[in-house]
Amino acid sequence: MERVPILKIGGVLLVSIQIDLHDQSVLALQEDLAEKISATGAHGVVIDISAVEIVDSFIGRMFATIASISRLFDADTVVVGMRPAVAITLVELGLTLGGVRTALDLERGMKILGQLGRQRRGVLPHSGELERDF
Amino acid sequence: MTADAGDAQRLTEVLRANAESLIDKWVSAVAGLLRGRSTKTELERDFREFFTALLPLVGSDGRDVGGPRFTEIRSLLEEYSRSRVRAGFTPTETASSVFSLKREVFELTQDDPSLHREVLVFSGLLDSLGLLTFESYARVREEIIREQAEQLLELTTPVVKIWEGVLAVPLVGTLDSARTQVVMEKLLESLVETGSEHAIIDITGVSAVDTQVAQHLLKTVVAARLMGAECIVSGIRPQIAQTIVALGIEFGDIVTKASLADALRHALRREGVDVVRREVG
Repeated sequence: MERVPILKIGGVLLVSIQIDLHDQSVLALQEDLAEKISATGAHGVVIDISAVEIVDSFIGRMFATIASISRLFDADTVVVGMRPAVAITLVELGLTLGGVRTALDLERGMKILGQLGRQRRGVLPHSGELERDF
Repeated sequence: MTADAGDAQRLTEVLRANAESLIDKWVSAVAGLLRGRSTKTELERDFREFFTALLPLVGSDGRDVGGPRFTEIRSLLEEYSRSRVRAGFTPTETASSVFSLKREVFELTQDDPSLHREVLVFSGLLDSLGLLTFESYARVREEIIREQAEQLLELTTPVVKIWEGVLAVPLVGTLDSARTQVVMEKLLESLVETGSEHAIIDITGVSAVDTQVAQHLLKTVVAARLMGAECIVSGIRPQIAQTIVALGIEFGDIVTKASLADALRHALRREGVDVVRREVG
């Protein structure tokens, strides 16, 4: 069974899914990730799915599950690079990923995590850097 | 009803001998029918071709019009009919072009009773050919309609970039499932291509909003959100706002603005762009 590698960049764990996901590999990924977050104390998880072309409801639920797991370790989850076809499929399946944050690409995803990390540490963001709430 | 070979041969001879005058009368009759919308030269060229292709078929009653013997005349008639449709002629006018030959042949042969039976068969053949023009007429019309429907689908759904990171989709006309699907896919793909985080769906030009249309809109917005982009719906007209409320459609936390300008201002603010008015004069 192929496993998805989990890379650590600073305080962020990067999960780049480049294989066809099966139920088994999804379960393995969730286990690996839980262990890795607890071991590294990471404050953020980025799941890059720009190479994923096909999703089913099980994979759709995976994002929400991973987010819930991360939240238990006080880490934020961002899903990046979702393809249009995948987004349409998930909507048609009625899955909205709950509270998972999303970003167009990895760069933007890292930026969001950076902002959240700064907020967490109590550092005031530079003006204009953080999304302002209106 | 099959005529014996000798009679068919004789009719062919008669037709061939009188080809010139027959075509001449035929052209005049049809030209009168079309009231000058087609020149005699054009008609004569077309009809001469028909006549040549028709001669070897004399003796057939036209029941096997789908067969290989008819390939040539079928393609001729198809072509004729096709050009007629595009030029705006009615199917009656096109079919009458073929039927007119009948009258000329009747006149030519009325003094020879021995040919009557054969002429009757010939008339059956012309009937089949006339119907053929009608059929291709309908087919061409359907082709045109299909082409136009596709063009409409393509034309009416432009996705335009109105600012760095802001896309706009001005929707016009009626929204149905097929069109919304196209809009949705195009919008989402453009978001990825341009890396835009904001999209404005402007429905000023949408004539009516019902639960289904709203459902489609909501789906698009949610799909964009899944990809990490925000959609703003703008241009909801007063009557439509009333309909939406009356139908009990919930837009949830989707941002809606009265006009495209408001939506753009909102998107820019979210992008961190401030628009400042400068003193003029």
